[in-house]
Amino acid sequence: MSFIRFGAATAVAMALAAMTTGAALAKTDVTLALQLEPPHLDPTSAAAGAIDSVLYANVFEGLTRFASDGSIIPGLAQSWEISEDGKTYTFHLAEGVTFHDGTTMDAEDVKFSLDRARAEDSANAQKALFAAIESVEVVDPQTVKVTLSAPTGNFLFNMAWGDAVIVAPESIEGIKQTPIGTGAFKFTNWVQGDSITLDKNADYWGTPAKLDKVTFKFISDPTAAFAAVMAEDVDIFAGFPAPENLPQFEADPRFQVLKGNTEGETILAMNNKQAPFDNPTVRSAVAHAIDRQAIIDGAMFGLGTPIGTHFAPHNPDYLDLTALSNYDPEKSKALLAEAGFADGFKTTLKLPPPSYARRGGEIIAAQLRAVGIDAEISNLEWAQWLENVFKGKDYGMTIVSHTEPFDIGIYARPDYYFQYDNPQFQADFAELEKTSDPAKRTELIHKLETTIAEDHVNAYLFELGFATIAKKGLKGLWKDAPTQASDMTAVYWDE
Amino acid sequence: MTGMFKSRSLLLGLVLTLVFAGGALVSLVWVPYDILGVDIANKMKGPSGAHPLGTDNLGRDMLSMLMVGARTSIAVAIVAVVIGMGLGVPLGLAAAAKRGSWVDEVIMRGNDLIFAFPSLLIAILITAVFGASALNAIIAIGIFNIPVFARVTRGAALTLWEREYVLAARVAGKGAARISVEHILPNVTNLLIVQGTIQFSLGILAEAGLSYVGLGAQPPVPSWGRMLADSQTFITLAPHLVLFPGMAILLTVLGLNLMGDGLRDLLDPRLRRARG
Repeated sequence: MSFIRFGAATAVAMALAAMTTGAALAKTDVTLALQLEPPHLDPTSAAAGAIDSVLYANVFEGLTRFASDGSIIPGLAQSWEISEDGKTYTFHLAEGVTFHDGTTMDAEDVKFSLDRARAEDSANAQKALFAAIESVEVVDPQTVKVTLSAPTGNFLFNMAWGDAVIVAPESIEGIKQTPIGTGAFKFTNWVQGDSITLDKNADYWGTPAKLDKVTFKFISDPTAAFAAVMAEDVDIFAGFPAPENLPQFEADPRFQVLKGNTEGETILAMNNKQAPFDNPTVRSAVAHAIDRQAIIDGAMFGLGTPIGTHFAPHNPDYLDLTALSNYDPEKSKALLAEAGFADGFKTTLKLPPPSYARRGGEIIAAQLRAVGIDAEISNLEWAQWLENVFKGKDYGMTIVSHTEPFDIGIYARPDYYFQYDNPQFQADFAELEKTSDPAKRTELIHKLETTIAEDHVNAYLFELGFATIAKKGLKGLWKDAPTQASDMTAVYWDE
Repeated sequence: MTGMFKSRSLLLGLVLTLVFAGGALVSLVWVPYDILGVDIANKMKGPSGAHPLGTDNLGRDMLSMLMVGARTSIAVAIVAVVIGMGLGVPLGLAAAAKRGSWVDEVIMRGNDLIFAFPSLLIAILITAVFGASALNAIIAIGIFNIPVFARVTRGAALTLWEREYVLAARVAGKGAARISVEHILPNVTNLLIVQGTIQFSLGILAEAGLSYVGLGAQPPVPSWGRMLADSQTFITLAPHLVLFPGMAILLTVLGLNLMGDGLRDLLDPRLRRARG
């Protein structure tokens, strides 16, 4: 009897011990998988979104920043004043901010960062963000005055981009290998081809991170991605590449699946300067030949929202213009006949690697074939795509997702790869850039959206969905992807 | 003829080969469904009366895809074997005729050079430089068939050159080229048929490998390797998408290898002597 009682007591004690140690050992590290590895680690000198996916908000911060819902909130600038004429912004910087190498972050660093980004020889991929800046003045160590050449309604939004983060002159030399920022995590190690490790920044000026360590792993192959998540080799997969596998994760009690929006307008781009796509009637015929829902179901397994223009549907200024390019093969054939292509024509369809493009391309080729357009598919790697299509403009059609937020301005650039040249649109966009009155802005944005939808510059397919698979118990993850980022500063294990 | 069917492996190999070759031939005139017809509403359906092997992730009929895919594989492999034989056999004959001379050296060392390269790497190089297409896959695979045939031909021809009837032909004043064609070639044909069958099966495997990595026939032309690659992520959802093209590759290669072995038993004079 006493033996049994002893046994029971031991069991209780052991259970208690297990509970307390369990609590003490609550995990404070996370392994997060992404599909693409950054080419280097300087977000201010490359277009590669993969850099921001690792470093934005974690290591680097800007004057303002994107919140998880896409709104703009204070970053290193805690507050600001805008002058009456909308041309002068006075930013008040947070106190006591230091870079990870121990140097202080003050107004001089802001001036350095902005001047570097807008310089003549700057390698910044989004120089347009800084185009309006006329001068940057240091008022005192905590105050910066930015003077613009013209009122820019989007200026605070522009300063939130990963391309506009604040860097230090002391550490700029080695930034591509050793990024030194002000964020809640500091860069520790990069094993090229495998992973990047970030550690908690103990001296962070704001709310400290809850995790001690974040490891980013890079897994490009969808099959390997599936296996890694299933085997629990990774805790989170942000931007899971195979939407067809999501129902399995949803049914598995070990995981949570977050389905959100991105800023990725997925379009069937047409080369507006190449015959026959220089004819708007032909482009209209292509648009009407396409059944968006079939592409979303077939290529994305339902993960995506149909769009009718180059604008994110979750944006309050979005207009649903899908009716302008509804699926109507008969109308498409009639339009082709009207344009003098009653027997159809032959063109090329060049596809980059993501599955939305490869699978979507096969579906679109079949839909185009039904109205007589013979689109010859060729599958390209990203490097070839950038060389041939994006730079060389040697293509008829291509499918790609434009993931930058508020990027309708690319239609005002006649040298952009789809080569749309409409002076009216360019004038309207210039007007928008000067406007800060919200009502007037909305009106202009609606006009821009409608112009490119009516001109059928490209065939607008769908807004790319964003799927994150995480272990149950992880909290504080972003559901949507308003910019390319994996903000880990608020993530923690709650088990 | 009866001897032919004594060999069970030959029979099995022949049947398997005929099934796939038949499917490919029939697909030239008729397939159950249009393989270009995408039907999203019916995607990933399991085998049924309407679709005996089910449908793929874009709702295309798997049986039709496999039949046309067989055509791609067989066409690529056959042309690659023809390239290999067409260039390799004359080179092998020439090397044997001029054995020991600089001609022999140049040809055989050239062969060694091609052999020394990893074949898949060169195939990837060729398709990367000239673009991915079925034609470039044919060329890449064909090039590697050349040294195989050249070697087999030279090896067999060397022993034949020592035979009395070849001596007699030489005494009668025939030139090396004429002897090669009239006396040597007919006596190496059996060996070449056997080697051709084996190279043919390797060609099918190579084509599947190249299209698996995206360097073979381009969509929408179906190819077994690409069907496998495209359906990898569906393996847990719809296993038939992976199973059927995988089985098609396996059974065809198995069939051709069995047939090759069977033919070797039947035709190879060296083995015939050993048996007799």
